[in-house]
Amino acid sequence: MHLDHLVTSKQLSRADIETVLDRAAEIDANPGAFADRYPDSVLGLLFFEPSTRTKMSFDTAMKRLGGDIVDMGSVDSSSVKKGETLADTVRVIEGYADALVLRHPKQGAAQMASEFVDVPLLNAGDGAGHHPTQTLLDLYTIRENAGLEDLTIGIMGDLKYGRTVHSLAHALTNFDVHQHFISPESLQLPREVVYDLHQEQEGTQIREHDSLEGILPDLDVLYVTRIQRERFPDENEYQKVAGEYQIGPDHLEDASDDLTIMHPLPRVDEIAPEIDDTDHAAYFEQAHNGVPVRMALLDLLLSNAGGETDE
Amino acid sequence: MSSDQHLRVSKIQDGTVIDHIRAGQALKVLRILGIDGTNDEQVTVGMNVSSDRHGRKDIVKIEGRELNQDEVDVLSLIAPNATINIVRNYEVAEKRRVDRPEVVEGVLSCPNPNCITANDEPVSSRFEVLDDGMRCRYCEQIVSEDIPSLIDPE
Repeated sequence: MHLDHLVTSKQLSRADIETVLDRAAEIDANPGAFADRYPDSVLGLLFFEPSTRTKMSFDTAMKRLGGDIVDMGSVDSSSVKKGETLADTVRVIEGYADALVLRHPKQGAAQMASEFVDVPLLNAGDGAGHHPTQTLLDLYTIRENAGLEDLTIGIMGDLKYGRTVHSLAHALTNFDVHQHFISPESLQLPREVVYDLHQEQEGTQIREHDSLEGILPDLDVLYVTRIQRERFPDENEYQKVAGEYQIGPDHLEDASDDLTIMHPLPRVDEIAPEIDDTDHAAYFEQAHNGVPVRMALLDLLLSNAGGETDE
Repeated sequence: MSSDQHLRVSKIQDGTVIDHIRAGQALKVLRILGIDGTNDEQVTVGMNVSSDRHGRKDIVKIEGRELNQDEVDVLSLIAPNATINIVRNYEVAEKRRVDRPEVVEGVLSCPNPNCITANDEPVSSRFEVLDDGMRCRYCEQIVSEDIPSLIDPE
C-alpha cells in the first residue's frame, strides 16, 4: 500500500483495505510486537470540531506504537481564532509532526490541506464529506463479525449528512456486498455519493428504501446512524421521523440470529439499551477497534514515509 | 456558411467573434465573460439570426478583446457548438471550435456554502467536467444547473 495522504475511502483499493485490516489483526493478536516501533515519531492532531472516539483512539494508537502526539487543542485557544487560514495552520504544524490528523467542519478541507503538506495527512472527518479511518474500523468490525464476502448490509438513518455512511458505502463497493440504504426522504444519500456508487457497482447491488420493514430479515449487518435534531425545522417533525428509524428488541424478532448491529456512536436513542447485552450488538467493539486499526494505518503510513523500516 | 453570417453585422477590426451559439444563449455567454456594458468593450449581439446549419443561432462580437483559453473552456459548458474566431486587422487570424475541457480551474466558484473553498483559503476552485454537470474537486458536489451563476466575479 502506498498512499501519500488518506482523504477519502475512494482512494482505497480492495488490496489496500485488506492490508490495513490484516495489519490490524496482527496488532490485535500481538500488540507487544508493535510497541516502541516509532519512538521518535510525533503525530499532529488538528481537530477543528469536537471529537471523542476518533481523537482519543488516534492518541492512544500513536502512543501504543511508541510515538507521541502534539495537539492543536481547541480552535478557541489556537491561532485559528486570530484568523489563520487552514492552509497556513497545516503548513506550520507539519514542521512539528511526522503525520497529521485533521477534522474540520468544511467539506473538502482535508483534500485542500493535503495539497499544502508533504507529511501524510489523514482525514478524520470533513463536514458532511468523508471519514475514511472510521470506515477502516467499520470494515474491520464487519469482517470480524460477518465477513466481507456475500454480505447484505442495511445502512440506516441520516445518509445525507452522515460522513461515515458516505465513506463506508464507497469502500464496500470493493467487495461482494448488497447495500440497502434506509432513510427518510429528506435525508437520502447525496446525489454525488449515488453517482459514485453507480460508477463503481451495478445498480442492482444498491437499493434505497424509506423503511426497514421487509428488509431486516435479509440483513447480515445493520449499520445505524444518528438522525440529528438540527436537520429538522421543528421538534415534532424530528420526533416523528426519528422514531421510525430506531431499533429495539421488538424488531429483532424479524432479524437473523446472526445479525450484527453497528453504530459509529455517539447514539442518542436510535438503538435501545436492551440490545446492548445481546449478541447482535457490535458498536462498542467497533469503537474499541479504532485503536488497532489506526495503529495499523499509522504503521503503514509512517513506514512508507520513512519513519521506520517496515519489517 | 459562417463567412456569410459575418456580413450581416459589421466587421470588427480586432477582437473575438463567437458564432453558432445556441439561439437564446447569447446573454449567458456575455455573463460568463463578465460583459455587462460597464467596461469599454464594444459588443454586438445578434439573437435568433438565421443560420444554414442551426436554423436560428446567436452571435456575439467583441471589439478589442481576444478570449483566452480559460474563457473558451468555460464557454464550452453553455455553448458547446460555438466557434471562436479571433480577428486581427479585420481578418480571421485564428478560428477554433470549443472543446469541452476535463477540468475547469478558477473562473467558477463552488455554490456549496460548506465547501472549504467558500472560506478565505489560498486555493483556486477546480471542477471536474462530467457529462451532465460539473463536480467540485473539494466538496465533490455536482452542479448541473445555472452554471453561469457560478462565474467568479474576480
